Amino acid sequence: MSVVAPATPAAGAPSSPAPGASQPSATPAARRPARRRRPQVGSYVTMLLATVVLAAPLLWMVLASLKTPSELYQVPLQWLPHQPTLDNYAQAAQTVPLGRLLANSIGLTIVGAGLKVVLGLCCAYALVFLDFPFKRLVFGLVIATLMIPPQITIIPNYTLVAGLGWLNTYQGILVPGLASAFGTFLFRQHFLTLPASILEAAELDGAGHWRRLWRFVVPMSTPTLAAVALVSVVTEWNDYLWPFLVIDDPSKMTLPVGLTLLQNIDGMTSWGVLLAATVVVTLPILLVFLILQRRLVAGLTAGAVTG
Amino acid sequence: MTTANTLSASGAPTPPAPLPARAAPPPRPQPQRASRGRLSTRRRRSALLWALLLAGPNVALLLVFVYRPLLESFYLSTLQWNLGSPTARSVGLGNYVEWFTAPSTPTVVTTTAVFTVATVGGAMVLGLGLALLLDRKLVGRGLARTVAFAPYVLSGFAVGILWLFMFDPRYGLVQELLGLVGADSPQWYTQRPWPLVMVIVVYLWKNVGYVALIYLAGLQSVPRDLKDAAALDGASSARTLRSIVLPLLTPTTFFLLVTMLLASLQSFDIIKAMTSGGPLGSTTTLMYSIYQESFVNGRAGYASAVATVLFLVLLVVTAVQMRFVQRKVHYA
Repeated sequence: MSVVAPATPAAGAPSSPAPGASQPSATPAARRPARRRRPQVGSYVTMLLATVVLAAPLLWMVLASLKTPSELYQVPLQWLPHQPTLDNYAQAAQTVPLGRLLANSIGLTIVGAGLKVVLGLCCAYALVFLDFPFKRLVFGLVIATLMIPPQITIIPNYTLVAGLGWLNTYQGILVPGLASAFGTFLFRQHFLTLPASILEAAELDGAGHWRRLWRFVVPMSTPTLAAVALVSVVTEWNDYLWPFLVIDDPSKMTLPVGLTLLQNIDGMTSWGVLLAATVVVTLPILLVFLILQRRLVAGLTAGAVTG
Repeated sequence: MTTANTLSASGAPTPPAPLPARAAPPPRPQPQRASRGRLSTRRRRSALLWALLLAGPNVALLLVFVYRPLLESFYLSTLQWNLGSPTARSVGLGNYVEWFTAPSTPTVVTTTAVFTVATVGGAMVLGLGLALLLDRKLVGRGLARTVAFAPYVLSGFAVGILWLFMFDPRYGLVQELLGLVGADSPQWYTQRPWPLVMVIVVYLWKNVGYVALIYLAGLQSVPRDLKDAAALDGASSARTLRSIVLPLLTPTTFFLLVTMLLASLQSFDIIKAMTSGGPLGSTTTLMYSIYQESFVNGRAGYASAVATVLFLVLLVVTAVQMRFVQRKVHYA
């Protein structure tokens, strides 16, 4: 790639100093600091502006959720709530079972992400450390699913789940999305880099595959494990279309689906209530992100392939 | 495989991973030593058993919930069939013909095109800008990076709701800011093309940090001395960007282009939260129309045909990517 061909020197002035540098010819080294200074100020201003634009909506959401309706609809707008109140949260909890939704989301996220990690781990172990017929085919089958958009599978899966009587059940939300292609892929990539000697030693010590997987491979894979787990947590928590389709019983809903219910009930009349619920949906994952940022980002930036 | 390469695209183009030693064919059992042969047969059988146990569940789930529905969807697209109805009538390619001739199709295609081009193009340009900015040694850039990436991990539906309030023509923050520069707030919810603009803005806000982060990783692989050499040659920073940095970022750009395209074509949550495809279908993308046809209008057969169309579009994107990746491998 690095053919670079940078200075197609024909462009513009002949190879002497760039047109902008009309100052008495200084050596390039001396010129540099002078040129550096000014953009630095501009950079800081731009960075500040970008940060404000990106952060303001989140801040605004939290602040608005603590305001009384009269404050919320006061023109000109006030940034800070005069007397922060949790009324909106209480009211949201009266309209939809907010506590139950939170519990559902937490439970489904933990179970879903946990199972996904285990399925991916086991599958990748088999693909790397075991010899069995059609191994390449199986690997291809797993990887190809990364390119199949989940949307195209929704109608047939919906009929299947409905036929099983799984509408409005936790397994109905959970099971169709359990299979792990992304996790399997990342784990496999990592397993291929593990030193074979350790596993051979484990084998000589008489450790079976199960033991080798959990006692040797897993402890050597914690960064990948964390990345896959965190990505799964984020996707499970935010998953919307599928749970929205299979659940209409409020006691089984996840938070984003419950937010839809609240939106349908309250419309856009009581923003404070709606925003309070929005905070409940977003804040937990935001905290996870802030605390475990590095690992999560590593996973998400590798995981983008799932689309 | 394409995925292997796209994954590496966030950093430097990596050479193909060396094959592990154990991928080599197992040592052939010596025919004259019968005991050895038996042992290896037993081992092989045990390996097969373990493979079934370990890989089986995952593969079975993929077969049932990905491959089965994929094939079934093709079949459903040839039926006139309503969701939940016990009867269906085969119509061959009738659903496709209907889609291609439906009066709403040009609108859906245009909306999808505008949404896709604006979100992908916008996110790429803004993300690259942000990455170039944060690549400089600025105090506080870590915080800026965190803030930029945060929206990406949030629920799309919740983000839609939150921005709906931001855009409120009377009490929203956006109209307040527009007021500062003396502009009236457009009717974001009701008047075309504003609903589509609104949805695009929100999509950009949510995804720009992701693009920036991937670009930042890509920028790490641009050798410092190349940039210094260009500076010594008197190249302006714009020139360095155009002639050195951007060409070296091509793999990253391509990776992002493809992932963003795929994601944008499948986006649903934000549209559902903010406009439900309206008003008058002005924010109904191809993806959204699949949901509408199947789960609002109940026309599951027809919707499957539309889903197949979307699938083919995504397939073309993926195929183009594979082509490119092959070429890249050739270079390396």
